[in-house]
Amino acid sequence: MVATFEPKTDYKVVGTRPIRHDGYDKVTGRAIYGGDVKLPGLIWGVMVRSPHAHANIKSIDTSAAEAVDGVFAVITGADMPDAPSKLVDLGEGDINFKWASNKLMADTKVLYRGHPVAAIAATDRYVAEEAARKVVVEYEVLESVTNVVDALKPDAPVILPDMVGDDLGEDVTNTNMAAHVRHEFGDVEGAFASAAHTVEREYNMQMVHQGYIEPQNATAIWDEEDRIKIWTSTQGAFPARTQIAGILQVDVSRVKVTPTEIGGGFGGKIPVYFEPIAAILSKKSQRPVKMIMERTAVFETTGPTPGARMIVKLGADANGKLTAATSDIWFEAGANPGAFIGPAAMCVYAPYEIANTRIDGWDVLVNKPKVAPYRAPGSPQVAFAMESAVNELCEEGGWDPLQFRIDNASKEGTRRGDGVLFSKIGMEEVLQATKESAHWNSPLGDAPAGKARGRGIANGYWFNIGLKSSANLAVNSDGTVQLTEGSTDIGGSRTSMAMHVAEVLGIGAHDVRPTVGDTESIGYTDVTGGSRTTYATGYACWLAANNLVDVLKDRVAILWDIDKDDVDFNDGKFISKAEAQKSIGFKELAGKLDDLGGPANSTGSVDLESAGDGFGLHIADIEIDLETGKSDIIRYTAIQDVGTAIHPAYVEGQLQGGSVQGIGWALNEEYYMKDDGSMANSSFLDYRMPTSLDLPMIETVLVEVPNPLHPYGVRGVGEVPICPPVAAIANSINDALGKRLYNTPMNAGSILKALKQDS
Amino acid sequence: MTTNSPSKVHVTTTINGQQHELLVPGYMSLLDTLRELIGLTGTKEGCLDGNCGACTVSVDGRIVDSCLVLGAEVNGKVVDTIEGMATPEGLHPLQQAFLEEAALQCGICTPGFLVAAKGLLDNEPSPTEGRIRHWLAGNLCRCTGYDKIVRAVQKVSD
Repeated sequence: MVATFEPKTDYKVVGTRPIRHDGYDKVTGRAIYGGDVKLPGLIWGVMVRSPHAHANIKSIDTSAAEAVDGVFAVITGADMPDAPSKLVDLGEGDINFKWASNKLMADTKVLYRGHPVAAIAATDRYVAEEAARKVVVEYEVLESVTNVVDALKPDAPVILPDMVGDDLGEDVTNTNMAAHVRHEFGDVEGAFASAAHTVEREYNMQMVHQGYIEPQNATAIWDEEDRIKIWTSTQGAFPARTQIAGILQVDVSRVKVTPTEIGGGFGGKIPVYFEPIAAILSKKSQRPVKMIMERTAVFETTGPTPGARMIVKLGADANGKLTAATSDIWFEAGANPGAFIGPAAMCVYAPYEIANTRIDGWDVLVNKPKVAPYRAPGSPQVAFAMESAVNELCEEGGWDPLQFRIDNASKEGTRRGDGVLFSKIGMEEVLQATKESAHWNSPLGDAPAGKARGRGIANGYWFNIGLKSSANLAVNSDGTVQLTEGSTDIGGSRTSMAMHVAEVLGIGAHDVRPTVGDTESIGYTDVTGGSRTTYATGYACWLAANNLVDVLKDRVAILWDIDKDDVDFNDGKFISKAEAQKSIGFKELAGKLDDLGGPANSTGSVDLESAGDGFGLHIADIEIDLETGKSDIIRYTAIQDVGTAIHPAYVEGQLQGGSVQGIGWALNEEYYMKDDGSMANSSFLDYRMPTSLDLPMIETVLVEVPNPLHPYGVRGVGEVPICPPVAAIANSINDALGKRLYNTPMNAGSILKALKQDS
Repeated sequence: MTTNSPSKVHVTTTINGQQHELLVPGYMSLLDTLRELIGLTGTKEGCLDGNCGACTVSVDGRIVDSCLVLGAEVNGKVVDTIEGMATPEGLHPLQQAFLEEAALQCGICTPGFLVAAKGLLDNEPSPTEGRIRHWLAGNLCRCTGYDKIVRAVQKVSD
C-alpha cells in the first residue's frame, strides 16, 4: 500500500530560500572535491590508452615503464579480476560487471579510442606520464563501426563476439544488436488507414557529453587487511561501492566509499572509471593512489549520451485529435550494451493521449565510448523527434501547436507508450500556464535587417524514480539537529533535506546541520540521479524527523510524568493533551535531554516506487543571421510542474541549467567522429558548450501541482528541463525560416545549408 | 620533458598577500604549484588547456588560467586566488551575492567565476549585463545556465 498525502500550504520552512549549508566552503575554496584529497604518502596514477577505436592487442611491453625512476606499479588487463557476467540495477540504468570491468581496462581487444590498456602509479603525475609513454603496445587494427546503420549491416565487424543479443526475447549471436524491444497497443495500421493527416520523418542526433567541469577522479587505499578505501566524486557512494566490489570481486563490506564534494555529473558520475584501477594500483604499490582524468579522456572515454536514428510517424483525424503513432528508435550504446531504449520508449509519447501506438527500439554497439546516463537518458532524443513531428502534423492540419498540445494532452488514466497508466499528472496545468505566461503573450518583435526571428515550443517528460534512501538524526543540547544522509549533494540538495527536517520539528533550516555520509556512516542510499534525491531522501528525512518526534514524546512523558499517549506535538511544541496550557518547545526540550534519558536519535529509510511523473514545456525565441546562419536565443522560458518547490531557487536552477544543456545540444554540441572512430573535437574549445555570452536570462514558471506520493508534495524536477529544448529550438528555426532541420547540431553551417537549398 | 633530473626554478612570489619562496620544477604549471606545492586547492582543475576557467587566478591584477602559466613565471609577481578573497571582516560581496542568489550548484566552477568577476568589478564597477556576459565567457558553468551567476554579479555592481 503506497501512502498518499493531502496537499498542504501552511509551510514555515518549505518554499523559503535559505543560504545552502555547504555554500560557505564552496565560495571560499575550502570545499574538498575529489581532486583535492590529500593523504600521507600519496602517489599518482595515470592510464595508458589505445590510439585505435577497434584493434586486437598483440602484445604489451611494460618493462621500460617499470624501469623509470619513481614508478611503483604498472598494471594491464591481466591484473583485472575475472568479473562475472551479472546485471545490477544502479537506479538509472543497469550495469553488467563483465562489461563494466572490460570498459575500464581492455583484455585482448580495444573497443573504443582511449580504451585503457595499462595503468601506472608513480611519485607524481609528471613521472607517471613519462612512464606511460614508454609502454609499448602492438596492435592489429580492425575496421571500426561508428553509426547504427553500419553496425547492423550483415558484414559489419562484430564488436563483442561473445555478446548474446536479445531480439524481442530471442537470443541472437554474432551481432552488434544488444537488444530490440517493442511496445504495441491498439490497431495501429487501422488507425493510420483512417487518419486524415499523417507525417513520417527521420531524425538523427550525434552523441553529446554531460560536460561536467570536474573530471573523473579517484583516490584509493588497498590496505594490509584487504580493506579498500575510496574517495571519489560520485553520484552515489553505495552504487559506486556495488560496482567497485563487483569489478574487484570482493564483498561490499570490504569497500568503503567516501563521497567527496562533486563537480557536476548529470548521470555521468554514476558509473565508476578510475576507482577499481586506483585500488589495484594501490594494492600493487602499497601506497595510496590518486588519479584525475585528463579532459580529452573525459570526452573520449566517459559517458556520452546515445547518438540516435529515429523514424516517427503520426496520424490525426480531421479535428486535430492524434489517433496513431509509430516510432523506430536506434540508439548507439558505445562499445558495451545499454543505450537507454527502455526510457526512450517510456517517454516518446508521454505528453499525449494516443489510442494506437507502436514503439520499436534497438540497442546497438558501435566503436565509441560506452554511454552513461545523461539527464533523462533517452528522453531528449525522442522528444526532438516527437515534438518536431507534432509541429509538422500541425502544419499539415492547419492547427495551432499549443492548442493541439492542449487538445491531445495526457492526463490521469492516459496510457504511456510502454503501457503504464498515469496517475495524477500536471501536463494540462503546464499547458495552461504556458497559455497564460508572460512570454507566450508577448510579441516576438521585429528582426533587424538581415535577420529572421522565430518562436518554437516543445513538451518534455521524465518519469522520475523513487528507490532507496536513508537519513539519521541526532539532537544537540542547544536545540539544533545533526542530519546525516546518503545522497551526494550535486546542486544544493543537502539544504532541501535539512528543510524537510526543520519543517517537521518547527525549527529553522539552519538549525539543522546536514552531512553527506560515507558507506560506513549511513544506511544504503541510491544514486543522486533519476530526479529522485529531494523526493526520496527528503521523504527519508521527513520520516526520521517524525520518528524523532516520537522519541521525544517519551522524554516529555518522563518530564511531565504523564503517559506518552497524552503528549501531542504541534507547530514545534510538545503539548499535554490533558492540560492545554502545558507545553514545551523543541529547543527547550533539547536542553533537558541529559536528565530525560540521554541522547535522542532517530532514523528514517524508504524504498519508493516513483517520484511522480514530470512534465514541462519550453518556449524558445531565436534570431538568425541570414548571411552567416549564426543564431542567438533571444528569449527562453521553461515552464514545469515541479510539485512543491522545497527551495525554489534551486528548483529554478535545475530548470535553467537543464534548459541550457539542451540549448547547447540543439545548437552546437556533438561528437564529431572521424571514420577511424576518433573524436575530432575532444576539448572544451572545439566541443563548444554554451558560455554566458551565448545566452539570455532563462525565465522559469514553477507550476506547483503537489505530488500525492510525498508528504510535502515534492515531485522529481532535475531531468525534465533537458527534454524540450532541442525540439523547441528546431521548431523556432522552422518558424523563423520555414526550414526544418532533422539533425543535430543545428549549428550555423546546418542552418546556412538549409537556407541555400532553394535559393 | 625530462623529469628524472628536473631543473627547479627559484621563485619568490606574493600569494594572497603572503610572501612565498619556492623551488618550482620548470615544467610545473602555476595551477599545480598552487595546488600541489602550496596546498591551495581552492583553484580547480577542469581541463588543463585553458578552456574552462576553473583554474582562474589573478596575477598582478590580471585574470589568467593558471593551467596555462608556469609556476616559474610568477617570480616577483603578486598572485591572488579564491582563498584570499574573503577577509577577517567577512566574505567579499561577490561571495555573499553568490550564496544569496543561489549562483552555484555543484560549485566546482565557483572559485574561478568569483576571481574572474572580481577582476571585472575591480576595474569596471558598473558593467552592463552584456559586459558581464562577455567578461565571464572564459569561465564555463554546466549547472546553472549562467542566469543566477550573472544576477549575482549584477547585485554587486553599482
